[in-house]
Formats: sequence, C-alpha cells, structure tokens
Amino acid sequence: MTDATGDGSKSGPMLAADGTPLKKSLARALRMQKMRALMLIAPLLLFVLITFIAPIADMLFRSVENQIVSDTLPKTTATLGDWDGEGLPSDAAFEAAYFDIFLAAERKEHTRLGTRLNYEQTGASSLFRKSGRGLDDIGEVYQDQFEDLNGDWDEALPWAELMGDPDWLSEQQGWDEEGRQPGFELRDGIADLLPTASREYAIFAEFQQREENNNLLDEEPWSAVHTALYQDLAAGDMSGYSGPRAEMLQAADALVDSPEFETVSFRDGFEEIDEDWLQPDIWRTIKLYSPDYTSGYFLNSIDMQLTPDGAEARPDNERIYMLLFQRTLFMSLVITFSCILLGYPVAYILSNLPMRSANLLMILVLLPFWTSLLVRTSAWKVMLQQQGVINDVLVWLGLVADDARLTMINNQFGTIVAMTHILLPFMILPMYSVMSTIPTSYVRASKSLGATNWTTFWRVYFPQSVPGIGAGSILVFILSIGYYITPEIVGGTTGTFISNRIAYHISSSLNWGLAAALGTILLAVVLILYWAYDKIVGIDNVKLG
Amino acid sequence: MPDTGTSDAFVAFERVQKSYDGETLVVKDLNLTMPKGEFLTMLGPSGSGKTTCLMMLAGFETATYGEIKLDGVSINNIPPHKRGIGMVFQNYALFPHMTIAENLSFPLEVRKIGKSDREAKVKRALDMVEMGAFGGRRPAQLSGGQQQRVALARALVFEPELVLMDEPLGALDKQLREKMQFEITDLAHKLGITVVYVTHDQTEALTMSDRVAVFNDGRIQQLAPPDELYEAPQNSFVAQFIGENNTLEGVITEIKGDTCTVKLDGGEMIDAQPVNVTEVGERTRVSIRPERVEVNKDRLQEGAHTLKAKVLEFIYMGDIFRTRLSVAGNDEFVIKTRNAPDQVRLKPGEEIEIGWLPQDCRALDAL
Amino acid sequence: MKLTKTLLASTALTVAAGAVAAQEMADSMTLVSWGGAYQSSQDEAYAKPYLEEHPDVSISWDESSNEAVAKLRAMNEAGNITWDLVDVVAADAMRLCDEGLAMEYDPDDLLAPAPDGTSAEDDFGDMIVSDCFIPQIVYSTTVGYRTDLVGDTPPTEICALFDLETYPGKRSLEKRPINNMEWALYCDGVAKDEIYDVLETPEGQDQALAKLDTIKDQVVWWSAGADTPQLLADGEVVMGSTYNGRLFSVIEEQDQPVGMLWDMQVFDLDGWIIPTGLSDEALARVKDFVYFATDTQRLADQAKYISYGPARQSSAPLVGDHEELGIAMAPHMPTDPENASNTLLYNYEFWADYRDDIDAKFQAWLAQ
Repeated sequence: MTDATGDGSKSGPMLAADGTPLKKSLARALRMQKMRALMLIAPLLLFVLITFIAPIADMLFRSVENQIVSDTLPKTTATLGDWDGEGLPSDAAFEAAYFDIFLAAERKEHTRLGTRLNYEQTGASSLFRKSGRGLDDIGEVYQDQFEDLNGDWDEALPWAELMGDPDWLSEQQGWDEEGRQPGFELRDGIADLLPTASREYAIFAEFQQREENNNLLDEEPWSAVHTALYQDLAAGDMSGYSGPRAEMLQAADALVDSPEFETVSFRDGFEEIDEDWLQPDIWRTIKLYSPDYTSGYFLNSIDMQLTPDGAEARPDNERIYMLLFQRTLFMSLVITFSCILLGYPVAYILSNLPMRSANLLMILVLLPFWTSLLVRTSAWKVMLQQQGVINDVLVWLGLVADDARLTMINNQFGTIVAMTHILLPFMILPMYSVMSTIPTSYVRASKSLGATNWTTFWRVYFPQSVPGIGAGSILVFILSIGYYITPEIVGGTTGTFISNRIAYHISSSLNWGLAAALGTILLAVVLILYWAYDKIVGIDNVKLG
Repeated sequence: MPDTGTSDAFVAFERVQKSYDGETLVVKDLNLTMPKGEFLTMLGPSGSGKTTCLMMLAGFETATYGEIKLDGVSINNIPPHKRGIGMVFQNYALFPHMTIAENLSFPLEVRKIGKSDREAKVKRALDMVEMGAFGGRRPAQLSGGQQQRVALARALVFEPELVLMDEPLGALDKQLREKMQFEITDLAHKLGITVVYVTHDQTEALTMSDRVAVFNDGRIQQLAPPDELYEAPQNSFVAQFIGENNTLEGVITEIKGDTCTVKLDGGEMIDAQPVNVTEVGERTRVSIRPERVEVNKDRLQEGAHTLKAKVLEFIYMGDIFRTRLSVAGNDEFVIKTRNAPDQVRLKPGEEIEIGWLPQDCRALDAL
Repeated sequence: MKLTKTLLASTALTVAAGAVAAQEMADSMTLVSWGGAYQSSQDEAYAKPYLEEHPDVSISWDESSNEAVAKLRAMNEAGNITWDLVDVVAADAMRLCDEGLAMEYDPDDLLAPAPDGTSAEDDFGDMIVSDCFIPQIVYSTTVGYRTDLVGDTPPTEICALFDLETYPGKRSLEKRPINNMEWALYCDGVAKDEIYDVLETPEGQDQALAKLDTIKDQVVWWSAGADTPQLLADGEVVMGSTYNGRLFSVIEEQDQPVGMLWDMQVFDLDGWIIPTGLSDEALARVKDFVYFATDTQRLADQAKYISYGPARQSSAPLVGDHEELGIAMAPHMPTDPENASNTLLYNYEFWADYRDDIDAKFQAWLAQ
C-alpha cells in the first residue's frame, strides 16, 4: 500500500559476487540481452533500412542534388564563376562550353543536361540537342585543314606518338586486346608545349580506353582535339620542338600562322547552331544551377523560383503547388472526419455484437479491401455521374429535374465520397479493436452510478474509445494525404491532390528532383502534424487495439 | 429463518425466471426476500445463476418472468440508472480516464449535486476507506486493494440503501482478501446498508454474511445463516459445497422418528439422522464432517458407533492433522484432528477403528 | 500461295541473317506495351507469327508502356534492365533517347527493306523522328460525338468543341495541354502553320487558355484512353477527344450511337525502342524480332486488328479487312487520304522544349 521502495541512503558502490561493481556487472548482463534482441530484429531492421529508410534518404538527397550541371560542364561552370551575369560571358566561356558539350555529346549526356535545364529554362532541351550535333562543324574546319596539309593528322598512331609517353606507347603496341588496356600517359613536356591539345587528347584517350574500351591506337582523335591543336599553335611557337613528329607539328604551325588559314570563333560557331546562345538567359541559367546542390526544386515546390537576384515568387498563372498542398490537407481532414462520423457507429455496433454476427459484419466491412481499387473507384463513377444510378433515381423520384442533374463526380465531392469509402475500413478496424477492449462493466458501472445512456456514452465510453479514433484518424489522414489514383480518376480539376502532381513529375515529366522536393515537403507536413497531434492529444492516446 | 410474507421485505424476488435463449432456464423460479440492513450472500459454483440474479436486481438483465421488488415497488421496468442501487464490480470498473476523486464525484454530478457538497461527500467517502490522500491519482496508479477500496467508496458515495457486490475480492491475494472481508462487513453494519454479495468462495460467504443463499442449477438450494448452513445442510449439494465433507453411500433400511438406519454399500450398518430421506429402501448419502470423527477409542462418547478403517495418507498441516482413510469402500474419507500434545499421529497402512455420534451423521439425498 | 512464298523468303532471309551473325540469342523476351486491344493486335500480328517460326522462344508481355519512361529510368539507375523491347509514343522515345536510356540504331542495318527493295530508312521516311525510335503505327487524336445528342447538324469540323451554342453539353478533353492548346488557337483564328509560333509566346499561351476558358466549366478532363469512349457510351458527354482506334471500336465494334471527326486530327506515332544496356544475347534476339516485326507485311497485318495506320509507306496498299468484322480497314486509317485532308502532326521538338513550361501554366489554369 506504500510506494516506498528504498531510501536514498548509500554506503559505497555495491559489488557483485565476483567483486566487480554491481552497476558494471548489470550493464554487461543487459548488453548481452540487448545484443540478443538486436540479433532477433536484425532481419527486419535491415529490411526496413533497405526498403524504407534508404528510399526516403534518396528522395531527400534528390530534392537538392544538382551535380549534373557541374559534372557535364565542368570547365564552363568554372569559367562562369567570375561572370557578373550582365551581357554575354567572355569568349573563354564559349570555348569552355565548346569542349564541355563536345565531350558530353560523345558521351550522349548533353541531352540529359538539356532536359534538366529545360525545367528551368524553356528551350534548353532542343538547344542542347542541336548543339550536340552542331559543334562538329566548328572542329571540322580545323580538322579538314590539318588533314589537307598532312594525312597523318587524321591517323591514330601519329597523334599517339606526339602525345604519348614512349614507354606507354610500346606497352600499348604490345597490348593483345585482352585484359586491361595500358592507361594513356602524356609525354614529358608536351603539356607545356601544347597545353590545350594535350588536355583534350588525354580526355579523348581516357574516353576511348575506359568508357568505350576501344584500342586507342585504332581511334583517330575527334575534331575537338584538332580545335585545341589550332589554339595551341596560334598561341605558341613550335620551332624549338625536336621530339617525335616535330616536322609534322612545325608544318601545321606554319599553316596556322599563314594568312589563308581559315578560323572560326567559338562565339560565331555557337551562333551558327542557335541564336539562343547569344542570349544571356541560357548562360545565366547554367551559372545559377552550377552548384552541386540547389534550392531550386524546393523553391519550385512552393511556387517560387531561383533567379540571379535570389528567390522570387512565380507569376500568378504558374502558381499551383501551394494551392494543391492546402487542398490536399483540407480534403484529407474532411475525409478523415467523414470516416469518423460513418465509422464510429459501425465500430460500436461491431464491438457490441456477439462474436458470430460481428464476424459476419466484419467481412462486410473488409469486403472493399478484396476488390481492386480501380474497380471500386470506377463503381463510384457509375453511381455518381450525371447519367449515373443516383441521378437516375433522383430524377425518377422527381427530386431533381432531368436537365439539372447533380454534378457529384469529377469534383471535390466525388473525391471525398470515393476516398471515404475506400479508407473507411482503416478507420473502423482500429476503432473496433479499441472498443472491443472496453469492458461492458464500465458502462454498467456508470449506469449503476445513476448516469443516463447519453451521459454514460459521452463521459465514460467515448473518452475510452478516443485512442481508437486517434489511431484511425492518423491512418486515414496519412493514407489520404498520399493518395493519387482515386483523385486522378474522380477528382476532375478541383478534387486532385498534390500527390497527383508528384506522380506526374515522377512518371511523365521525369522531373524527379521536383517530385522529391514535393514529397519531402509532404513528409515534413505529416511529421509536423504528427508532432502537433502528440502535443495536443498525446501519442499515448493512440492504440490499434 | 423461513421467508414469511413480503410486507416488511426490502428486496424481494417473486417467482423470477430467466432464460437467455428461450430454451433453457438459468434461473428457475426464484423466491427470496430480504429485510433492510441484511448482508446476504449468493454463493454457488459458476453458472449456478447467482450473478444473473444480481444483474437482474441491478437492472442490467431483465427477468423473463416474475417480479423483482425494491421497498415494495416493482422495479422490473425501471432502467438501472434510476434504481439508485450501488454496485461494486469484480474488476472494480473504475473509469481509467478519470482521477479517483472524479470517479467518486461522477455519481454525484449526474445527480446534479452542487460542487461544494460534492467535494465534501467525496472526501468523506474516501476517508471512510482510508484513501483520502489518493484523490488526485488515476486508477492505474493504485494497487488492487486500493482500487477495491475506491470502488467501494464510489458505490457508497451517493448513499444508496442497497449495495450489490459482484465477487469484489476475487482478484486480491488471500491476506488482503481477509482484511477486506472484515472491512466490508464492518462498513456495511456501520452504515446500516443492505448488501447483496455474490461469491463462489464459501469461506467468504460464511465469514461475512447474515444469511447465505446457496445456488445451484438455477435454484436456491438452501437459504440460512452460516452456522446452520454448515451444521445442518439440507441436501447433499449443500453439504458437499460448504466445508469439507465425507460421504458414505448406502440404502435406508429403517426410519424411526429422528433416527434412521443405513446399510452401507460395504455391508456395515450405521445410524444417522434422516434429513431429506423419507422411505425405506431409498438410496442415501450419509454425510459426516471430518472434525466430528474420533480416532481415539477412549474419547468415544456413548452411543457412538465404530467402523474399521485403514490409514492411507497422513498430512501434517500445522494446527491440524489431515488423515485420509479407507472407510467402508470409500478411499477419500478424511478426518481432521487437532494438533494436541496427546494426539496420535497415524501412519499409512495402520488399521484403526473410528467412530462418531449418530446425530453428527446426516442421511441426505443420493443426488 | 504468294503469301507463303514471301513468308518463306523472309524466313530464309532471317535465318541467313542469323547465321551470318552467328550469335547466341536469348530464348526469352519481355515486350512492353499498352495492354488492351492494342497489345493484342501486336500479339496477333507480330508475336504469334514469330513464335511459330521460333517455337523455342518465349515472349512475355508487360503492360507498362504508360510509365515506361520512369520505369526504364529507375531500372537504369538500379543497373538492372528487365525489358527487351518497349513500345512507346514518339515523344517518350525522344526523351528516352535524350536520357540515354534507349539505344540509337541504324535503320538500314536493323530493319528490313521494303519488298520492292526500297531501303527501310526511305520506306519509313519522316516517321523516324528520333535516332532511337523504330516506328510502328500512325495514330491520331481526334474527336468523337454522340449522334443522338447533336441535333440535325452533326459537327463536321474541330471547332464544334468550342461551339456551346450549337452543341450544348459536356465535352471531354485530355488533362494536358498538348493538342488542346493547338485546337484552341486554331479555333481562335490562328492559321494552322502559325500555331506553334504563336504558342511559343506567353501571349499565345494566354490566348489558347482564354479560348479554353470559354468551355472550361463544360469540360470533363480525361487521363486514361478508355475514358472518352466510356463517357460517350454513357451519354455523359456530347463529344470528346480520344484516339481514333478507340472511336473505331466504339462505333464499329460496339455499335454505339457515336460518330467521329477527322478534321484537325493530330497525328502521332507509336513504335519500339530498345533499352540500352541489354546483354549481347538479349540484344541479338531483340534485333531478330524487330527485323521481323517491322517488315512491310507485319505492319500491314496489324491493321487487321486495330484501326491504326502502318508507319511504312509500303504497307499501306497491303492493309486488308478487319479480322472479325470483315470490313475494309483502309478507310478507317487516319492516314487514308480521305481522312487526312486537314491534319496536324504532333510537334515533337516544340513540346520537348515547352512541355514543362506550358504544362505548369495549364495545370495552374485548371486548378483555378
């Protein structure tokens, strides 16, 4: 009858039988138990980690991840670093973009980048697709002239001799096409003599050897290398060079210095491909999205956009996500509330019936679970549409004129009705399992104490069924907040949810970053609501049975 | 104490029957009256109909036939919350979402009693069960015994004249149960309330009640004060159900006034007191309480008759010795002897003679 | 007799091609398509004949074309491609190609020449809208209407969609800007060849949405191809846009009181793509199948089951009668000259650029 479990007095640390401090001994014993428990849950833990936590982490990551721009255009983004965003960037930026996009096109990555940038800048998609094809025109000017001078410029081996380390070259020549290709190494000094060309050749070599697995000695360099060579020759003097292929290189140098050598500036080359390259917009977009991580997706998700001047609200006629978030929350609440209203009496009856009839009724409650979601939703269409069953009955009864049939589908009403029906079991089941644990003796006790039926229900029964309502509401609310099939089918334009846009961005527009940002916000909203629920009602007040 | 008329009866069952399925009766023709202030216990095995009777009285079950009267008025059609009967439930049924004080305040609130009045009554009721310090706690924070006290206080706080208790001590350990038995009877007598108490524990029934109604098979088998019930059971069921009992089966060979002769199945002839046997040749069960059997020849009183017995088992139980014997073909014949300095301790296998007085030996129905 | 010979010849050719390649081929294939009548037409026209020639091969179908782009991207990220050949619309093929998820191919290398020797590239012509796209059929999005709900003057041209006075009642349109924006501008007086120039500008987009605004509260928006035929059959809408094959089915096969327009039908293409990252054996089998399934006869055969036009010029004359109804299919082809007097071709380039932008505006407009 007392709760005195020992006074606070102490007399030194307690020792276990073997002399170790009792606390330590206890901790060891408990650790063993914990380890064993951990081993038991390990499979589930792994499963949850892999199938649940990892995708969520991936989603969070995707919503800010933006490495594609700097990965695909490393030189360009570096060059644009000191551009002020006014007018056009320097020629160096065009040059960097030429080499970047050229390589990206060889890797077939430029169109992906175009798709990515098209989310931010309309037209980027076709701009990059065209540029992938068009950039060859610039390089071919130089390639053709060098070839005309000496056919060796269009051969693989002379280039390898010019650029490659002799040791590497002999190894490469001895390579039997089996096993790993000897990695290309630049010859000593060539990087000083031909900085751009050697850089581009090294990139070319890496690509051929590692990505395509072609024998480097069979592949003549692509035209970007010729362009780079031209730049080095125009800038430097080859007369002092005496290494391999010196004669060939010096002849090319002479050609480049001669007045009849045809050149084309990168800027003109880009203009040739598409005049949009001479608009600052695309450059600004590239610069804006050059960091590895971006807040752009999140800003998009709340109807804002990233601009060079910071975050800005989108124009009115493009705002949609905040509206959809609000609508999703509002309708989920309405659906949850309708489920409580409809489900409570059913759960009450179920929990008060004898086992046999309760089981039969339970089957009726669960029946919708065993029908495909699409079938159920389509059935509501048949019921609610203007030429549907309910309207027909109303017209037949004379309650509604034939030419003023009610619109009950393809709007919010239709979504609420169909989703309430679909989610009702999720409300009834937890309510039922909580109600069936409330002993009848409470009700009897209340009545014996003089309470009327209503007082008994309201003061004694209802408070004890609240945990069931809580559990059901959380289930229904969270399920409905993420629903998209039903709203898509019966929601029309006013009954669709944010999840419909997420699904659209996942499967149609492929803007997974935006979808991830929207999903992350939705997750955050759910967590905040959960937290608020815990504060207001208390999460201990939720039980599933 | 036979039931005489219903004029001064506070509680009355008149020819009450109850059936749940329309095929079998769980309560068969129940007639019972109780005066005000009585502590009556309904005792019986589970399924005997005792709880159903209690629930009909509380109003949670309706009588299929017959009338239940409270203070002379039929309450058959009065809903439970208007009957004004206090009730203590087996699992206490304290509302888990309310504090102790709120639990007690609840019956007063629904009776629209003013706040200050309410608080005074709640305090008084809690003090009465020595739980005054626990008003702010929740039921789950209390021990079983504490909950029991609170449940009792709640049933009494609105000052009902009749309180029903449905096996209220079933969930408590033995020591606590004995303490509470005393407290409940004490409180009931102090307050002068009428109590109907349901239990299947015969000790509880015997120690607490003014009268005990032994239920079996939907009928009251015997309604009597505890001593009468123990010493003068009216039939084999009561004899068997109340206390420990030895039975010897046989046939009546002769009835002479208040004695009869029984020929046991083993051939021995014994005298007994005829209780509910009427004819010669009728089968009977002879009932002898274990403590009325004497093993010491010297102490046998005059008129006692003796039988041969063989010791099967000897159990030392501290204050008493419990010895199992084989008597007249019955291997479950038990005797209890007091642990006195001169008492013999029998050994298994020993052949002895036992004896008892014919008036301690009751010839009952053969069931 | 002739057919058998052609068959034999093509078989010989295939066998020969196989022999030259001397490549191990996988003996099972997973084809991805749209399910329903369209997939069964492919099964009848391509897969079954192929299996007759290669009894040891097994083909399984996956009805995932709807979300093929997203799924292929996910498969590619996971590094586990389980599909061998995927049926997609041309716009999706372009995006898959852009993303590097579909394989580029050489038409003359992969596809059979026409019976008269015309190269595959010439036979398909403009239909090869992307380096990865292997065209199969031409279909169109057009408008069907309830013959019993339009009075005595059934509509003959597309702008009936916007004419609420003559044709009151609900109409169903697809819940996306593509096609709707074009029709809106066209019916707002923009010349056909200027539609995309106008639609490029924000003002043009506003103009199209303003036109759509005039019928907005009478529109039921659909997202599944089966919706409009169902809405028409139920009498829920007076008219609505859908694919011409669906309308053929409602009109001819189900005999509903429905008529259809060919005016301003928007041509679109559907075809195969081969995912990147297939194993050599799987790729060899897929190439063998594609060579067979896209030859002149096979494409013409598909029209027996569904009213979509073969993408090869050489197939058009071979289009015969409907397999069950026995009616001539040629007049039901969207490409039939009778039907193709006023048409629009889905502008892939334009929508690849403007899809995200205009869709955002369109959805915002819808939600208002």
